[in-house]
Amino acid sequence: MAGSKLTLAKGLNAGLRRAMEEDPKVVLMGEDVGKLGGVFRITEGLQKDFGEDRVIDTPLAESGIVGTAVGLALRGYRPVVEIQFDGFVYPAFDQIVSQVAKMHARSLGNLRVPMVIRIPCGGGIGAVEHHSESNEAYFAHTAGLRVVSCSNAADAYWMIQQAIQTDDPVIFFEPKRRYHERGQVEVDRDAGADLGLYESRVVREGTDATLLCYGPMVKTCLQAADAAAEEGRSLEVIDLRTLSPLDLPAILDSVRKTGHAIVVHEAQTFVGLGAEIATLIQQEAFYHLEAPVLRVGGYNIPYPPSRHEEHFLPDLDRVLDAVDRSLEY
Amino acid sequence: MSDNEVAQGRSAGADMAGAFESSGGHGPTPPSQITGHYSADNPDMVQFVDADGNRLGITEANEPYSCIVEEMTSQDARTIYRDLVLVRRIDAEGHALQRQGELGLWPSLLGQEAAQVGAGRALRPQDYAFPGYREHGVAWCRGVPPENLFGMFRGVNNGGWDSNANNFHLYTIVIGNQMLHGTGYAMGVKADGAVGTGDPDRDTAVMAFTGDGGTAQGDYNEALVFASVTAAPIVFFIQNNQWAISEPNDKQFTIPPYQRSRGFGIPGVLVDGNDPLATYAVCKAALDRARAGEGPTLIEAYTYRMGAHTTSDDPTKYRSDAEVEIWREKDPIKRMRGFMEEKGHADAEFFAAVDVEADEIAARIREACQTMHDPDPVTMFDNIYVEEHPVVAAERAEFQAYQASFVEEGSH
Ligand SMILES: Cc1ncc(C[n+]2csc(CCOP(=O)(O)OP(=O)(O)O)c2C)c(N)n1
Repeated sequence: MAGSKLTLAKGLNAGLRRAMEEDPKVVLMGEDVGKLGGVFRITEGLQKDFGEDRVIDTPLAESGIVGTAVGLALRGYRPVVEIQFDGFVYPAFDQIVSQVAKMHARSLGNLRVPMVIRIPCGGGIGAVEHHSESNEAYFAHTAGLRVVSCSNAADAYWMIQQAIQTDDPVIFFEPKRRYHERGQVEVDRDAGADLGLYESRVVREGTDATLLCYGPMVKTCLQAADAAAEEGRSLEVIDLRTLSPLDLPAILDSVRKTGHAIVVHEAQTFVGLGAEIATLIQQEAFYHLEAPVLRVGGYNIPYPPSRHEEHFLPDLDRVLDAVDRSLEY
Repeated sequence: MSDNEVAQGRSAGADMAGAFESSGGHGPTPPSQITGHYSADNPDMVQFVDADGNRLGITEANEPYSCIVEEMTSQDARTIYRDLVLVRRIDAEGHALQRQGELGLWPSLLGQEAAQVGAGRALRPQDYAFPGYREHGVAWCRGVPPENLFGMFRGVNNGGWDSNANNFHLYTIVIGNQMLHGTGYAMGVKADGAVGTGDPDRDTAVMAFTGDGGTAQGDYNEALVFASVTAAPIVFFIQNNQWAISEPNDKQFTIPPYQRSRGFGIPGVLVDGNDPLATYAVCKAALDRARAGEGPTLIEAYTYRMGAHTTSDDPTKYRSDAEVEIWREKDPIKRMRGFMEEKGHADAEFFAAVDVEADEIAARIREACQTMHDPDPVTMFDNIYVEEHPVVAAERAEFQAYQASFVEEGSH
């Protein structure tokens, strides 16, 4: 079968499976990733097929998971680590920013720690606190890490394989509220990914304004673009896919065309990725801008109780409101 | 620690709770709950020679290791003695170079030579060591050129040796991080099938080092859990030099690490860290156990940091000279020499030759340090990523152009 309709979750699962088949050094680690297949079932069936030595149920200790993955990587393995939920990566933050990110540089290039740290991210699933955060900015801020975010099944399938093959450590964000959305995935063995891991994709072409988004917000922005089209507005939507490094040329191409840019993410806007993107745009494409770069994001409060999350999370209306403001200039 | 304090610690155990209540944060410091564990007559302490180097008799604690010591030849003893002296000299040179402004910082190992040389000499070439930042003696035994250690403390790099050349990982400054790296590496060793094969050149073990303060860290405790449940071939080597900067043992734990390890399912051994025969023997046994696929061991080497924590520290603020003097009597080199003279393992000529060699090494590494060049600043953009990264590439180009503008203006 060359292509099939898979959910984003199954796309990840298939991508992990293929990476494990192709490279015996790929090992999966995390809490509950074995028999259970992870709390989101991303690793379902993999322990059964690859054994307990390659799909490792770890103690409940995030620093331990990432820290031992460093040691395994130093021994020649390629660990793929699952953090159960976004809010639980903080105990491992020290290992990630102090060790994972710096090992290659401080060894003067002698050491590599190729590993993927998978983080289900974002809200919208009605979860209890610490289960809905968007912490990409912490990692994008750290030199030595690469940060990517998938938004659909096909990307999930290809990007996870590309991330595993990369010799740099990759923080891999998975939009948990999109896990169950289906998309066409070309799983043909010989068909490569059509995009490099660090390239963004224009998911909808348009001429009036550019929506820059990633992960869970891609779908929201596409819906906003549909709604705007009914009012005769043509919005271009870019799925950034890569957050560090940013695919800046693609961002600038679009903004130069439309003259209007709106960055949309779930994370709080203060010192968020939108701030960086807005700055880069005004630095590099100032004379093409017809309005200030606007941001739509979470409010600058801790992620609220789930009964309030629909007000916290950018939705179609907040995106369209920002489009109005931008086009009014 | 005076004998008096030891006695207090031992007798106070029963009414410890009361002592805590009454101190209320303002009263006198409660007598140590833990010093009693480390008194000379603790039956758990593995020792082979006394402070003067006299061979001690068989005890329950040292009996399992005595065959290792019995098998040691005069040559082995001379190797260890030479290491002890050279390592002390390298350390002294590091200290002096810092005082002369050649190094920004130096963490001295003075007093801990026996612990480190015992561990270092028990490792085989294929084994892997994960140090903290004070393991200059282990580095020496692994064959890392001492001058390479200086680069880091001079500030020309963050670890100037190829870890894989000698299986000695880079120094790790964040306390405890390396305990997990060692454990993960050991998990990889096991997954590779490089334990329990019976082939002495293949079977591999890992040793990870931290201090008494490090045992309070989360990563240390997580490492013990991971190593225990995976039966990883690792030896955790705790140098209990009794001080974590200014904080004594009783601010770090109430049950000593060698006992606490059992709560993790890992056997713990307490060894006299100033007794080179004992540290070598317990390390060898634990490493053999790991290589045989029998899992992790924790060794606590009870020793003392004779100098300051680092050259930035002032130990007179928190500990007494009298305490330091007590430990001067337990000097590992004096002890080893006494043992060798008693057994006739070496003559005066040998001891004199080692001193000459120490002078030579000191001169060599001093010169290497003084002639060490600062790297070209543009190299700070190197190796951030394995694959090209546009932000780093752009900033490198920007930096180079900026630097070049000065050259053009003739200001350099
Ligand atoms: C996580 C962390 N916290 C604090 C420090 C600062 N620091 C450096 S050494 C040290 C004391 C360590 O004591 P110990 O583990 O007993 O080792 P020793 O220095 O005595 O060899 C401290 C607090 C650090 N390097 N890392």
